[in-house]
Amino acid sequence: MKKRRLVMRTAILVILFAAVAYTLYANFNKENVHKVQIGKEAPDFVLVDMDGKEHQLSDYKGQGVFLNFWGTWCKPCEKEMPFINNQYEQFKNQGVQTIAVNISESNLAVNKFIERHGMTFPVVIDKNEDVKAAYGIGPLPATFLINPEGEVVKYHTGTLTEPMVKDFMTQIKP
Amino acid sequence: MMKQVKCECGHVNPHGTVLCESCGRVLVEEEKSKKLVDMRYEGSARRSQTYNKTIIDKIWNFFSSVKVGVTLIIITLAASAIGTIFPQEMYIPPTENASVYYEDQYGFAGEVYYTLGFHNLYSSWWYLLLIASIGVSLVICSLDRVVPLYRALKKQRVDRHEGFLRRQRLYSATTLASIEEDSFEKIKEKLKEKRYNIREENGSILAEKNRFSRWGPYINHIGLIIFLIGGMLRFVPGMYVDELLWIREGETVVIPETKGEYYLENHEFILETYEKDKESEAFTTAIENNGTVAKNFQTNVSLYKESGETIAGQDPELEKVEDYELRVNEPLKFEQFALYQQSYKLGELSEMSFALTNKETNEEFGQMTIDLHNPQDEYTFENGYSVELMSYFPDFEFDENSEPVTKSRVPNNPAFIFKMFSPEHPDGEVSFVAIQQTIEPYGDNDLKMAFKGVDTQNVSALTVRKDLTLPILAIGGLIFMIGVVQGAYWNHRRIWIRRLGDQVLVAGHTNKNWHGLKREITHVFDGSGIQEPIDQSDETTNKKGKEE
Repeated sequence: MKKRRLVMRTAILVILFAAVAYTLYANFNKENVHKVQIGKEAPDFVLVDMDGKEHQLSDYKGQGVFLNFWGTWCKPCEKEMPFINNQYEQFKNQGVQTIAVNISESNLAVNKFIERHGMTFPVVIDKNEDVKAAYGIGPLPATFLINPEGEVVKYHTGTLTEPMVKDFMTQIKP
Repeated sequence: MMKQVKCECGHVNPHGTVLCESCGRVLVEEEKSKKLVDMRYEGSARRSQTYNKTIIDKIWNFFSSVKVGVTLIIITLAASAIGTIFPQEMYIPPTENASVYYEDQYGFAGEVYYTLGFHNLYSSWWYLLLIASIGVSLVICSLDRVVPLYRALKKQRVDRHEGFLRRQRLYSATTLASIEEDSFEKIKEKLKEKRYNIREENGSILAEKNRFSRWGPYINHIGLIIFLIGGMLRFVPGMYVDELLWIREGETVVIPETKGEYYLENHEFILETYEKDKESEAFTTAIENNGTVAKNFQTNVSLYKESGETIAGQDPELEKVEDYELRVNEPLKFEQFALYQQSYKLGELSEMSFALTNKETNEEFGQMTIDLHNPQDEYTFENGYSVELMSYFPDFEFDENSEPVTKSRVPNNPAFIFKMFSPEHPDGEVSFVAIQQTIEPYGDNDLKMAFKGVDTQNVSALTVRKDLTLPILAIGGLIFMIGVVQGAYWNHRRIWIRRLGDQVLVAGHTNKNWHGLKREITHVFDGSGIQEPIDQSDETTNKKGKEE
């Protein structure tokens, strides 16, 4: 009798606490739910760079891809661009591709920005913001690391330092 | 092993029982000295208060306490109220940074508000924990009370113990010699007339009605729990969507949360106000007094479905689903989604026109219109005049180093650096032009960019809503109301009549509305010769006897 009661109570409490735990977990992950999951395949996209060249993510299978989302108006993005550019020069022959995705700005603004910072890596503009949506980008800058198998290895928001860029690119070297 | 309590009548009660489930005899010594018995939960054993051995029991007992439940509700109410003092984070302007916004707008109080996390109260972990605790408390409180109550009401005997009857609030004892024999039959008839269910044993009568009203609070709790489950399901991906979509006139954008399947085009945003001459004369004064009164907020849209398989970044192949005039409370519905007119922004700059002009003579050499969302690099005119756009700042300000920068990509405050070429100045003259402001960094120019005009467009904000939890919330709410009605509009009433030796004992009990019970009793015993039970309670010992 007493034992049965203990079992009943334990069962009810376990069910209740499981429901509570799930709710809390789901609530704190709701921002991440649609985000690309670490270890899963990165959503494919195709965008045209400022020289008119098409970049499709799936074409870079076998290479690591350093995927950076940015805006010309975003100060931290501006700060990390020279670091990314330096490291791009180091890693471009080691199988690490860099793509910078600008979120829906004018060609003029982007071109002037590229000129000003002497950026040599491909910059594409996500005019319809569907790549932004597919990757669930919130605040800028945001950086995804994609390994040669096309899987997302890391997601980072906020400014990068040069050592971090270097470390990130090393991580996805084929 | 916990001892069970065997009553003198032979019935075995669970440990902690105050009144024997069967005969009603008072089992606890200290209760015997009281004039009236506490009828709450029928004197049954609330198990939680009797077993307190393991950690499971302790957790159970904590949540089983009504005091704890009420405290949780009060804390939650207080927190919810505080959460409405300043706007929640999701309602502050999207371009503002919460960490500075609250302090800027509301001073020290705002800073405290932000620091303590009230700006995101309703999804904060501790608020959710409070709600969840209320849910747990509801389940456990209900279980812990409804089971013993059910047992006690099911097992109750007709001829209850004298001590039980004597301690009821309504009680009388009449000597048998003064009663006519057929009055019992009359009493029974009158009880039936009042729709009582009558049970008889050994010449004693138990008349009872509306026992089901006792389950009202528990039905009500079941409704609440279903409601909470509905609320919980909102966190399950795909069950609930509530997003804001800003869309400019002329733009076609993907509708969020539709997995890139649906697109929306904004043809036009319309804001209509009441105008004096267009409305009935009855409203003239009202319109004059109030100035502008909004009449209609409307967005004319087209809904498209993507027909082909395209990958992100490619131009989608769109097939028109429908055209719709979206107004407040007239949402555009498709599949499980609904789009609501939510907000708007009038007159966002879209184009600016300038004329290349000689400062001295005001002679114009050409006009140009800059698309603020997609400006050209160069604008060429006749006779060797041209303008190069060296820099463009859509939302211009000077940063800490007095360099022009842009705060966002929205053309709220556009500024330009032009290089003006003319036959006289083949190397160009540089001019910085912002609204109401021109700077010539390299000295006096011969030419200027004369401002000619702007073109604006409206931006509409639509709420994208999908809520699959609504039916669950509705069912929960309905069950909740059934419980309330059941417990509020019916009262559980019992009348005991017991022959004991030469006496007839009469007692009455109800969980609420004693006045109603007394009136029925007066009617039933009128003319029977049996003394009508009198109210033994006085103001000081009168307990509310409310069941949670």
